[in-house]
Amino acid sequence: MRGDRDLGGGRVLVHRHGLPVRAAHWLNALAFAVLLLSGLQILCAHPAFYLGEASRFSAPVAAIATTAAPDGASRGRLQILGWRLDTTGVLGASRDPSGQWTARAVPGWATLPSELNLGAGRRWHFFFAWVFVLNGLLYLAGGILSGRLRRTLAPGWGELRAIGPAIAAHLRLRFAHGEEARAYNVLQKLAYLGVVLALCPLMALTGLAMSPTIDARLHGLTVILGGRQTARTLHFLTAGALVLFLTVHLAMVVLAGPLNEMRAMLTGWMVIRTGRKAR
Amino acid sequence: MTPSGQSRRRWLGAASASLLGAGAAGCDQVTRSPAVNRTLGAAETLNRRLQGLLAGSRTLAREYPASAISPDFRANGTTAPDSDAYRALAADGFRTWRLEIGGLVRRPLSLSLDELRAAPGRTQITRHDCVEGWSGVAGWTGARLGPLLERAGLLPQARYIALFCADTLELTLDGTGDYYETISIADAFHEQTILAYAMNGAALPVPHGAPVRLRLERQLGYKMAKYVMRLEAVADFAHLGRGQGGYWEDRGYQWYAGI
Repeated sequence: MRGDRDLGGGRVLVHRHGLPVRAAHWLNALAFAVLLLSGLQILCAHPAFYLGEASRFSAPVAAIATTAAPDGASRGRLQILGWRLDTTGVLGASRDPSGQWTARAVPGWATLPSELNLGAGRRWHFFFAWVFVLNGLLYLAGGILSGRLRRTLAPGWGELRAIGPAIAAHLRLRFAHGEEARAYNVLQKLAYLGVVLALCPLMALTGLAMSPTIDARLHGLTVILGGRQTARTLHFLTAGALVLFLTVHLAMVVLAGPLNEMRAMLTGWMVIRTGRKAR
Repeated sequence: MTPSGQSRRRWLGAASASLLGAGAAGCDQVTRSPAVNRTLGAAETLNRRLQGLLAGSRTLAREYPASAISPDFRANGTTAPDSDAYRALAADGFRTWRLEIGGLVRRPLSLSLDELRAAPGRTQITRHDCVEGWSGVAGWTGARLGPLLERAGLLPQARYIALFCADTLELTLDGTGDYYETISIADAFHEQTILAYAMNGAALPVPHGAPVRLRLERQLGYKMAKYVMRLEAVADFAHLGRGQGGYWEDRGYQWYAGI
């Protein structure tokens, strides 16, 4: 890590993220965006989820349906188990750019390509799946071999014992701007660990299990995941968890000082406030 | 809200809408670019080669017990070809139907359903994965394609088997709207590659592709052509349909459907 640069007035520029982390972060952001939007495109082809090996069409565990109202207008509905939500305007039925109502599971502004095109969606998805996996493997390998992953993301026992106060401070939107900002807080560590060690690998594994040839060679993987249709449902649930993470992540970036945070992840350097002179 | 607040809100709304619109239009330009799509296609080649190395030419797709058979296996795509010729064949129980096997072979064949039933066959209960995302388990009985091709004697230049079908999905002037598929010779000789004439113990019904449909168990469903009328061994498929190796491939799907 480079040395601090004193900016005067109690402000110091610290080197927060190295180039490998920054590069991996932004490449992953791009890959995730494309995978998410092309994934939603693919979902439009059959917007229903099942469990087990095969699909029981009469009993999906979740589905996005398009129905017709008594007056003939299209209505959209999300159903999860027994629960139903009218989602007209977004899921199931939405307006296209010309204002026309169309029956689509996911609206055009949330799919890649925007028009319904399963073949193209799959093309984008499988290309960026490689970007995602190779970038992820490089990031994990580099992080594990260099010890960086353990140094920056492994929480200490003291931190874990004090998780209660950490959550309280988090909920009160108290952010670290001083010396503590040189490192992740315990909630960040747990969240990031969950993402890089659990959610992202699960995305890749559930994706692989859906490939008929991979399934032929490694059917054990499909079995562990609960069957091909469970793997597919898990694929989307995990993606949903990642979207949830992303929402909180972006909100925190904005609330903690977006300019400083973006500078840190783009240039590597971050401003922290310290009463003392730079180290 | 004050009048200036309202107009500021409207301006912000209009600005974001036009930014999003410009972004979406820009995205559409990128997604429609042939050069971009060619680059993306590199992943298909990589997957085909890697999966070929991983799975080899002989690994079998998982087979299931009869208890796993889906009661509601969906009939997808065409469920009844609407040509007079097909209807006449079906009305007659496909007694006059003949499977032509030609192209780059030494001995072109013309086989009836009975001859197919007498050929080396296989029964397999497998899971069908549709490109749309759903799966169904069914039992298929059919003639193995490998022995049929050996009987016909493939010429060394043959690299693909093209299957031509009775169903037309798109009305065209040049006939490129008829369903067809192409598979590699290696896939054609796979143990589980059969021309199925029976499903779940009964004769293959019309919605599922009577008289025969292809089973290619390590790839997605659209490769498994229904209503097969003739096979042709070819050196390449650029001159078939719109040149991409299948009806759906001509319309943007991947030729290699192992993923």
